[in-house]
Amino acid sequence: MPKAATRQKTGAKSTKSSPNGSGKTLESVVEAHQDKDFYEVEKAKAEYNARRASQLTAIKKTDKKLLRKMLYEMVLGRRFEEKCAEVYRMGKIGGFCHLYIGQEAIGVGSMLAIEPKDMVVTSYRDHVQAIIKGMTPESVLAELYGKEGGCVGGKGGSMHMFSKELEFFGGHGIVGGQIGVGTGMAYAAKYKNSGQVVLCFFGEAAVNQGIFHESLNMAQLWKLPCIYICENNQYGMGTSQERAMSARSIAKKADSYEMANEFVDGMDVMAVREATLRAVERARDESLPTLLEVRAYRYMGHSMSDPGNYRTRDEILKYQERDPIVLFKDSLKEAKVLTDKDFDEIEQEAVDAVAAAVKFADESPFPAESELMTHVYA
Amino acid sequence: MALLTIRDALNEALREEILRDENVFVMGEEVAEYDGAYKVTRGLWKEFGDKRVVDTPITELGFAAVGVGAAMAGLRPVIEFMTWNFSILAADQIINHAAKMLYMSGGQFKVPIVFRGPNGSAYQVSSQHSQALEAFYANFPGLKVVMPSNAADAKGLLKSAIRDDNPVMFLEQERMYGLKGEVPEGDDFTIPLGVADIKREGKDCTIVARSMTVPLALQAAEKIQEELDVSVEVIDPRTIKPLDIDTIVNSVKKTNRLVIAEESHSFASVGAEISHQIMENAFDYLDAPVKRISCAETPMPYAKNLEALALPDVAKIVAAVKEVCYL
Repeated sequence: MPKAATRQKTGAKSTKSSPNGSGKTLESVVEAHQDKDFYEVEKAKAEYNARRASQLTAIKKTDKKLLRKMLYEMVLGRRFEEKCAEVYRMGKIGGFCHLYIGQEAIGVGSMLAIEPKDMVVTSYRDHVQAIIKGMTPESVLAELYGKEGGCVGGKGGSMHMFSKELEFFGGHGIVGGQIGVGTGMAYAAKYKNSGQVVLCFFGEAAVNQGIFHESLNMAQLWKLPCIYICENNQYGMGTSQERAMSARSIAKKADSYEMANEFVDGMDVMAVREATLRAVERARDESLPTLLEVRAYRYMGHSMSDPGNYRTRDEILKYQERDPIVLFKDSLKEAKVLTDKDFDEIEQEAVDAVAAAVKFADESPFPAESELMTHVYA
Repeated sequence: MALLTIRDALNEALREEILRDENVFVMGEEVAEYDGAYKVTRGLWKEFGDKRVVDTPITELGFAAVGVGAAMAGLRPVIEFMTWNFSILAADQIINHAAKMLYMSGGQFKVPIVFRGPNGSAYQVSSQHSQALEAFYANFPGLKVVMPSNAADAKGLLKSAIRDDNPVMFLEQERMYGLKGEVPEGDDFTIPLGVADIKREGKDCTIVARSMTVPLALQAAEKIQEELDVSVEVIDPRTIKPLDIDTIVNSVKKTNRLVIAEESHSFASVGAEISHQIMENAFDYLDAPVKRISCAETPMPYAKNLEALALPDVAKIVAAVKEVCYL
């Protein structure tokens, strides 16, 4: 197994120095710029370069079909969400609409490292994760349209994708609420000795909710096979993490509960995959939980109604220098498992899949009025 | 028939359901080694062990959530709140998650869970430990709300609640745990949810009471019969949601008078709802405005005399019946 793509210190000034390919220390570069985001991205680049060799080794050891699927799911997720933004502006999607663009490596790296029987629960940023777990783009987009063909028949919308058949326990709309639900799902897996593990996703802002701490305490106390994946996209709506969290390392919060934890580069899909595989092994073999803090960056607003006036265009562009799809594509090419032609095919396939989803969602009827009163009680 | 306290009737129901279904487990604060704060779970941990009877940290939101997730994944948790006052910490999981899961998953994920514990006042436990919360939970589609008033109902309704595929709020009353009553024997004894019970037949006035006010209403009815020769019918809905309004409507059509006795506050209460439904369904049958006896609109005071003043009692119910009978 390659070297862990992890680090413990996440404070902007806490690491002594890292080579930056220029002979200068990172600290001196940072001092020249006095810019946290510049520092974060350059530091992540340096760390990525340092583990590049082991990453390429991991790629070569991974099944080629799986690698292609990983890239495809990332591209599909990106194209799907871009289409959502487009049709949202046309008024085809109502209510809230939280996009996943920039975070694709997290869902793909983790969910393609588990088995189909394993359970997943997530927040309201759930479209792409639902698709990665196996739901069709048609059923997800039709749900966004509030149509009968949606995965829950138009009753849930953007924030509430579910598939019992695929062990996808939903997108949930209360920040952090699903952390407790996921803990209960893992409780059931252990109770029934089913061999399942749970991936429980949430954003970094959810870490400030009581349910995060209550859940981690119980999960470690009762040794539950739950993998908590904090998708740190650095903003809770318009409030940056540093304006909201006194102790910045989320991974280290697990130490309070003596829970295993890792900090993971969320722009590196292989790093997410390797960290997830380690956590899955711990969950499946030892019935122990793990907290993964996976640092990414949310390219788009919190939701479609976000004016984005709390950050600069420069900041966004800086993070986009490490786009997860570009990084992975380049790595696959370097490892000689992907050609430009392959990538073009993947792009086309994704575009076609999204077009088919749009057609399906457009043509699907609205739910019958009789559906209003169904499923209130079992 | 066996003569049991409500506490022991609940205990039997839990024990029988744990034996009947391997997916049933009881979880909450002090339910296992301590035998339950109010001894409802007495002996269960010794008999069934850590897997089926689980002590939790004091983490109401957390263990409510564990129950919801476990129920979604196929278990049938019975979650005890040491009192329903503490359920307010868990309200996000009950209201935002358990109540809505089936609907927002398009019918895919059931949440077969029971939340139970004592509701309402006890003996001078003051403002934060004396609230009757049935109206709060009854307001949300997706939840069922059950309130037994005697031992047989406690056992039969709890067994039905555990077998129900919906989240059921099972509200007991601390003052009533020691009340004894006849309980039918046998593992198969259940009482369906959503069916009211006529606790005393009468022809001149109807009292709708629940939980703690049922024994008070029965005493009031006896007193009125003796002193005024007025025949009072006492109806216990037993299930607040779904509410068996038909039984109440039929009674009011017969007696033409309705008094509602409840331990909760009056504003937007279950009594207010019943009163409204009677107006809709039996308006022309009423010979007097519906009268309610509720808790005073204050937080519960500690002082013994003030607490008694705030709560419904036999004298207040008698006075209300006299008022609607124009006596």
